[in-house]
Amino acid sequence: MPSSTCEAGAPDGVVELALRLGDNALILGQRLGEWAGHGPVLEEDIALTNVALDLLGQARLWLALAGRREGQGRDEDDLAYFRDQAAFRNCLLVEQPNGDYADTTLRQFFFDTWHVALLNALARSRDAEVAAVADKARAEAAYHVRRSAGWVVRLGDGTAESRARMVAALARLWPFTGELFEEDEADRTLAAAGIAPLPGSLRAGWQAEVERVFAEATLEIPASCWMHSGGRRGVHTEHMGYLLAEMQSLARAHPGATW
Amino acid sequence: MYAQMVDTGVARVRSADELEGEEAGFQRGIDALEKVEATDWMPEAYRKTMIRQISQHAHSEIVGMLPEGNWITRAPSLKRKVTLLAKVQDEAGHGLYLYCAAETLDVSRDTLLEALHSGAAKYSSIFNYPTLTWADIGVIGWLVDGAAIINQIPLCRCSYGPYARAMVRICKEESFHQRQGFDIMLTLCQGSPAQKAMAQDALNRWWWPTVMMFGPPDAESVHSAQSMAWRIKLQSNDALRQKFIDQTVPQAALLGLTIPDPALTLDPETGHYRIGPVDWAEFYRVIKGDGPCNRERLAARVAAWEDGAWVREAAAAHAEKQAARRKECAA
Amino acid sequence: MTQGKDWPLWEVFVRSAHGLAHKHVGSVHATDAAMALENARDVYTRRNEGTSLWVVRSTDIVASDPAQKGPLFEPARNKIYRHPTFYELPDAVKHM
Repeated sequence: MPSSTCEAGAPDGVVELALRLGDNALILGQRLGEWAGHGPVLEEDIALTNVALDLLGQARLWLALAGRREGQGRDEDDLAYFRDQAAFRNCLLVEQPNGDYADTTLRQFFFDTWHVALLNALARSRDAEVAAVADKARAEAAYHVRRSAGWVVRLGDGTAESRARMVAALARLWPFTGELFEEDEADRTLAAAGIAPLPGSLRAGWQAEVERVFAEATLEIPASCWMHSGGRRGVHTEHMGYLLAEMQSLARAHPGATW
Repeated sequence: MYAQMVDTGVARVRSADELEGEEAGFQRGIDALEKVEATDWMPEAYRKTMIRQISQHAHSEIVGMLPEGNWITRAPSLKRKVTLLAKVQDEAGHGLYLYCAAETLDVSRDTLLEALHSGAAKYSSIFNYPTLTWADIGVIGWLVDGAAIINQIPLCRCSYGPYARAMVRICKEESFHQRQGFDIMLTLCQGSPAQKAMAQDALNRWWWPTVMMFGPPDAESVHSAQSMAWRIKLQSNDALRQKFIDQTVPQAALLGLTIPDPALTLDPETGHYRIGPVDWAEFYRVIKGDGPCNRERLAARVAAWEDGAWVREAAAAHAEKQAARRKECAA
Repeated sequence: MTQGKDWPLWEVFVRSAHGLAHKHVGSVHATDAAMALENARDVYTRRNEGTSLWVVRSTDIVASDPAQKGPLFEPARNKIYRHPTFYELPDAVKHM
């Protein structure tokens, strides 16, 4: 991305970083929560909920960190429930609808593969608080990617129908993967300070891992195509408004209430 | 309860003297509080009743995920969201433990699910009521799980080993459910007038359906005697219901909420609370399929199963391919 | 094909942090061993119950015949001398 309207959060960019990480985990956790009670098999319902619980737990840690560093007295719930769409910093991939199980599985696999690499790098962050949250989260993410990669293989190399569904999901979701490796001023500042890796530095490893799993799944990475962009600047897809309307409706109907 | 009005297929309970051979020995074992295990000899009626009871209980757990699941995406704080999600997940787990217990009786989970989806098998009447506000999530934890615990603790001692062991595990995990429900209610009742009104409204809607959860009065409970002789039901519907009422009325007072029963009184002689007349016609109507959400609940389960068919088939097909490849490598 | 067929059943054994041996905790359905382990982890260790898991296909378990309960287990029941309470000790004897 050539330029960015997004400022590095004061004073050290950690606020912006924590919001991006927290919003990713929150929005994907919210999406996975929609599956509870509707999964394809009971064991899978339970497993997917475990992933959702891990992600929501991580979201709480990141948002609490963002609130502390921001120093304006906002806690995790203020940030989750009382920010408008344009203030959300998650990538567009995680807000995409659950679709069928191929969409959910592939979205998860793309995210997990990227997440593990990012968290591993963040666990070595020069910012001790960032490193601590990342260190806790990366063990969870390592399990998530094992699971989602396993399912990409099963569905890709399963039946003719499951493969066709994976191919269709791939066409829908691939254009949302480019954003994961975009860099803006905030990223460069954080990288220069040794707080976070440059997103672009994760691309080669991510691509290699996706290729490895796809080979087993008999799937192919699509030819390069136009990529969506904007989530990290607060410019989202149409789905995001509905997601937030649902998530925030009750909290916003009773501002100031304790639950 | 989670398994209501389970048909034993037995018209009259025979006394120990009337039983012969293996059946007499079976009943002696039960009377001596020995556990029946999957591979032991058992009367066909016992096996069938156990399958019906355990699967009904399992169906209730997974259908029960739906009314609460309705509020996962709208939970008003992140703490409440993860707690509710964990609770709904526990219900999936409990359903899974129970299906496994039923499967020890030589019936597949798919077969049991087909019976649910076709409407042949029942699940608890309580889950056919809607969750209209966040306070319903509190009331379900407080009342519905409270009622379930009262029913389930004795079942940990029931005669069928796999069922009893599943219940031990479930009861251990369940204790957090009721507490989190009461905690939601307490927070609402200490909150704004709107929150308090929400709590009272939820209690008004859920009180009678919860009282009905324990099943019809003992006098109308035709299968209870055989179930009790087999020790797969350890206390009568009315006894369990009374326990629930006695436990709940003071808790409502503590919350500052009014139980929606003008006839409710404390009997000073027995120390038990007496409730007004229960609308049993409503109970039978809901059980037979005409509750506010029967069709939606069943449709949601059927849709999840049918939409998931290709996923289950793909995983099975992949495993077969893998096994074939391994065989090829070995050859 | 596998259409309409139940996924195979696996028995799950968990060793807890302070447990001495793996203990049977229940079962899960899964199509392959990797999935069985993951499902067992997700279903039976949600509350930090385990540090090690075993899964085994239910059909691979060899069990004693319940009809042989008598011949198999009665002899042990008669050997009460194997149990410490068989031996009465004077009260003065401590730590035994």
